[in-house]
Amino acid sequence: MQACGLHPGPLFLAQPEEMKAPAMLRRFRRVPFCACLIALCLLVPHMAAHAQSAPQTPLQDVLQTVQPQVANPSRGTVPDVLSALLARDAPGTVEFLLAWQDRGVVERPEDGLFFLARETGGMVELIDIDTGAVIGQVGTRDVNQIRPNAGVRREINAALVQFELMNPDPARRIAALESATRSPDPEQIPALELALASESDAGIAARMERLLDLLNARFTTDTATRVDAIDGLRGDISTEARRVLNQLLQTRSDFAQTLPEDANIARIRTPGDDMDLHAAYGALVDAGLFPPSPGRNAIRDTLRANVVDGAVGGIPVHQLDTDAARQVAYRALQDAGTVPPLVTQADMEAAVAQYVFFDAYLEADAAVTDAARAALDSTRTRIGAFQFLSLSLDALSLASIFFLAAIGLAITFGVMRVINMAHGEFIMMGAYTGYVVQTLIPDYTVSLVVALPLAFAVTFAAGVAMERLVIRHLYTRPLETLLATFGISIALQQLAKNIFGTQARPLTAPDWLAGSLALNDLVSISTLRVGIFFMALAFLLLLLFILNRTRLGLEVRAVTQNPGMAASMGINPDRINMLTFGLGSGIAGVAGVAIGMYAQVTSEMGANYIVQSFMTVVVGGVGSVFGTLAGAGLIGALQKGIEWFNPANTLAAQTYMVLFIILFIQFRPKGIVALKGRAAGD
Amino acid sequence: MVSTTQPDTARPARRSLLRDNPSVLWFTGLLGLFTLGVSILSEGTGIGVLSTSMVKILGMTLCLCLIAICMDVVWGYCGILSLGHFAFFGLGGYAIGMWLMYARTEIVIRDSLAGATIPPTQTEVTDAVTAQIFGVVGSSELPLIWSFAGSLPLQLAMVVLVPGVLALVFGWLAFRSRVTGVYLSILTQAMTLALSLYLFQNDTGLRGNNGLSGLQNIPGALDVPQSVLSVWFFWASAFALGAGYLLFAWVVSGKFGSVIKAIRDNETRVRFLGYNVEGYKLFVFTLTAVVSGIAGALYYPQAGIINPAEIAPIASIYLAVWVAIGGRGRLYGAVIGAATVSLMSSWLTGGGAPNITLGNYRFLWTDWWLVVLGLGFVAVTLFFPKGIGGLFDYLVRKKP
Amino acid sequence: MTTLLEVSGVSVTFDGFRAINNLSIAIGEPELRAVIGPNGAGKTTFMDIVTGKTRPDSGSVRWGERQVDLLKLSESQIAKAGIGRKFQKPTVFEEQTVRDNLAMALANKRGPFSVLVWHMTGGDRARIDELAQEIGLQDRLDDRAGDLSHGQKQWLEIGMLLAQDPRLLLVDEPAAGMTPAEREHTTDLLKRAATTRAVMVIEHDMEFIRRLDCRVTVLHEGAVLAEGSLDHVTKNQQVIDVYLGR
Repeated sequence: MQACGLHPGPLFLAQPEEMKAPAMLRRFRRVPFCACLIALCLLVPHMAAHAQSAPQTPLQDVLQTVQPQVANPSRGTVPDVLSALLARDAPGTVEFLLAWQDRGVVERPEDGLFFLARETGGMVELIDIDTGAVIGQVGTRDVNQIRPNAGVRREINAALVQFELMNPDPARRIAALESATRSPDPEQIPALELALASESDAGIAARMERLLDLLNARFTTDTATRVDAIDGLRGDISTEARRVLNQLLQTRSDFAQTLPEDANIARIRTPGDDMDLHAAYGALVDAGLFPPSPGRNAIRDTLRANVVDGAVGGIPVHQLDTDAARQVAYRALQDAGTVPPLVTQADMEAAVAQYVFFDAYLEADAAVTDAARAALDSTRTRIGAFQFLSLSLDALSLASIFFLAAIGLAITFGVMRVINMAHGEFIMMGAYTGYVVQTLIPDYTVSLVVALPLAFAVTFAAGVAMERLVIRHLYTRPLETLLATFGISIALQQLAKNIFGTQARPLTAPDWLAGSLALNDLVSISTLRVGIFFMALAFLLLLLFILNRTRLGLEVRAVTQNPGMAASMGINPDRINMLTFGLGSGIAGVAGVAIGMYAQVTSEMGANYIVQSFMTVVVGGVGSVFGTLAGAGLIGALQKGIEWFNPANTLAAQTYMVLFIILFIQFRPKGIVALKGRAAGD
Repeated sequence: MVSTTQPDTARPARRSLLRDNPSVLWFTGLLGLFTLGVSILSEGTGIGVLSTSMVKILGMTLCLCLIAICMDVVWGYCGILSLGHFAFFGLGGYAIGMWLMYARTEIVIRDSLAGATIPPTQTEVTDAVTAQIFGVVGSSELPLIWSFAGSLPLQLAMVVLVPGVLALVFGWLAFRSRVTGVYLSILTQAMTLALSLYLFQNDTGLRGNNGLSGLQNIPGALDVPQSVLSVWFFWASAFALGAGYLLFAWVVSGKFGSVIKAIRDNETRVRFLGYNVEGYKLFVFTLTAVVSGIAGALYYPQAGIINPAEIAPIASIYLAVWVAIGGRGRLYGAVIGAATVSLMSSWLTGGGAPNITLGNYRFLWTDWWLVVLGLGFVAVTLFFPKGIGGLFDYLVRKKP
Repeated sequence: MTTLLEVSGVSVTFDGFRAINNLSIAIGEPELRAVIGPNGAGKTTFMDIVTGKTRPDSGSVRWGERQVDLLKLSESQIAKAGIGRKFQKPTVFEEQTVRDNLAMALANKRGPFSVLVWHMTGGDRARIDELAQEIGLQDRLDDRAGDLSHGQKQWLEIGMLLAQDPRLLLVDEPAAGMTPAEREHTTDLLKRAATTRAVMVIEHDMEFIRRLDCRVTVLHEGAVLAEGSLDHVTKNQQVIDVYLGR
């Protein structure tokens, strides 16, 4: 939609292949044309003369009719040119105007034709105005770049806004509104008022009113109108509205002997209480009312400059190594009248007491600032709620990543009591599989579809191999499994380094996963995170299905709860262990593809997740899918919650999270979802 | 029945120590010979065959051997696979590093201000030192934890106290709630991770990821050349290792050793014998943490720099690897493991070893050492659970 | 004979399964008592409760003249208070010598610091030799406990129990896996121990119980079914039903 609206020019020039504008404009011709013409006739009188000659003429031809004025635009001529162009509304007009405004139009001197231009490495690529085709490349000297001055540009912009705001196509009106919101300007007010009067779509009318409120709140001089406009912004949580309101509430700090009558006072400050005494005195010094207080360095420099015969003020230099001695020496100089006096605490207090210190609003009208404050206060609760929602989404997304990373580990740990330190390297293996597939299959969607099962297969195989070769021999020695798998982990990590190098490899998400979903200015989430969430959900359901509804699941559960009994009932624990390990590793591989798109593919990426994964499993409770889910949820929520209190410092958040987990395990050593009875073992 | 008993009430403890640990004699002997040899061969005090950096590496290795002994006691004897002892090692290093850095900077600052017309005040010196040390993390205030940094005795106390108190608090929490086995390992790993993340922050007062540097310059001995200093530190490390070996040989022999080995093998049973298992674990955990801190305090002045990466969980896992390769449950095993693996690591990754050319492929040790180590480690766990030390047992048993 | 241990109204539930159901048992000092009952009657759980391994949902466990509440003590404190326990499966420390095993069990101070500076006195040595004699392992004092036969490990464990010098011995299936000769020796050991202290034996083997010749408590579904001499309880119709109906 945006592509045919008031798209910023440079973006358009950079990506002409995305420009489907001419086609779309043609589509809009299907909108009943007369209605629009009538509206234009009524509301834009100076366009009326041209409105009758509507038949489709290519834009280039239209432009050639006013060639000199386009090539050399001036403040005086441009309104007529604009009305002519807009009335004809040939396909591509809006885009042309945008480009024109942004100096993206060139004139070919030979024939006076206009082209859209794109600079590529010192050359200019000429793009046909009507077809959008690249005509060819010329040197920058071969064409004349058209450079409208600031006044002309504003004219173009205002005309565009007005034209677009009354466009018969609602989508273009919305786009125009959005563009106007991005670059507010008092000159938009009349255009908006005009457009609002004729607007038939209730939704768009509401948006116009809001924009009008924003503009009025900021630019109007009439108090009643402004207060009305500000009241209209109550409960509006958008960034623009809050920015406008906050701007109205900006203050400056000042002081005076008595509180000025005419100032719009925000608050009065008491030095020494809610204002630093030195800062207050400093303000007086800056105003030239009082002498500055010599600081430690100033005292030292003064003393240094006044050394006479190895002494200052009667005190030998070598004794001046304490602040007290220096003060005494300085006072001696002061008494001799050679240096500016020291300012004591009492002096400062006395000086400051003569004045009143206050913060005053830059906006002089108290009615306006009161209204603005009330409007801001009214949004606070909603903002809090939405920020909480946004935080919850973040936490949910983090939790799904932790869940994906940890669930494979939980399965192997739960069923076999095996700590697999190489789990992180299986995640890495999966991610590199994704990367390799992507180098072979250029289409990101197809490569993703191939990579997911392939990553599963690769890591499944690796897991089974590891189980057969190493872990099988160590079932009675769990701590040694931990160490042996650590050995495998460092070997795999180094191997990956040897093969792929140390720098990060890209694993690009397909376009449909690259955007983001936004509910409003406060709540938005990237599509990739949503994708990862659904992937985690899918794995949760798949695992629940496998564990609860299949023969394999039954056997796995039997082995989890009582290996001895399971073996005596004819379940082959060897096979179950092998399959479980393969399954856990396979899931790690798939998680690796997801994490690789989200983060970066490096040989160390697995190591970054392994401790978190362990903690997820331990906190959640061993041997339970829901436990891992709960653990991931808790850790995700916790990390985001701590970041909420200290957003600048994720390291601190992680530190506190780990500390919390250590404490948590104190109170629930077996995790959130603990197996009870004899199955839990010791 | 009574006839079998000799009335030997005053049997000295030392004799039973040597009886239980025949390795003590030849270990201290070998260590003494080694120290003598290094001193003679060094640049600083001898004929100069061993370069100063080599002496430093050897001295550092001795410190690593000491912490490996700690690990062996806590894991091989008491059954606690701690993945956190390198954190204590690092804390010891930080504690001494604070003094080294502060005191040396103060000397430099005082020297530079010596020519000033007016002598500096203490505040001015402190401010200048602070600016020098913390300018890199954009701070101009001396953090509270540096209050004692100017005092060597207090910082030396910190070397012991900080790891000790941390181990005491953490151990008390962990053991009290009966966290055992792999859970305990993960918990200690979490502790290490939290600590290293904490230290990585710039505003925690230890210079974030810059760490502390210039630790090889010893205030009060700034005129002593590094070649001599390196030998001094080598001696200190050798002494610490020897003393640590004796200390732990004494701890693990006799009844205390019996009890902690019993805890390793069957904790519940020991409880029913009336022993407070948690108290024993806490004792061993804290004691080894303190010795690890001392080892760290000797190591980092030789390394010259300490930063939070040293404390990362992986370092502690490597420690477990050394001990496992050397052979758990025997102190000399830990020493052998730590010395062999860490020396081989620095030899092979430092490019000292000849690379192997296989047809068209050049086998670079820097690239492949970790792969070999990892797989070798798997092999040791699978096939030689008693490690290199187990070979000694085998030989000793074969001889008679 | 005074009451040494009094368990009253104790219940414990695992995952909805009531393992001990309002159980009340008392034992005096000195006394030899046998506890029998079918599988799942709660015999081992009962010992777990007395020794502090399992916390009951309700009821009280009182100990000694001062009526100490055992439920408030930890396992090691209970052991120090004078209750020794032998597990069903022999659990001696196999890596260590018989002497070390016994030395560890000796009634000395248990704190880490006193143990650290402890060294064997002549008295300790004599006591160990005496115990070894008692359990028939005097020639194997310096062998690894792991090298002993199954029966010898059981004895060693009983020896460790005696070394603790407890007032109450809880012995779980001491005769399991023993040869007839070994059983006889074990019976003697227990009977001798019971002359000076309270001994409670859990056993399945009726012949062994008969040889112990003591008061018998029959447990069933976590509660006392019958109590009295062996002849008395074996004539009890309920007991017969429980054992036959098993």
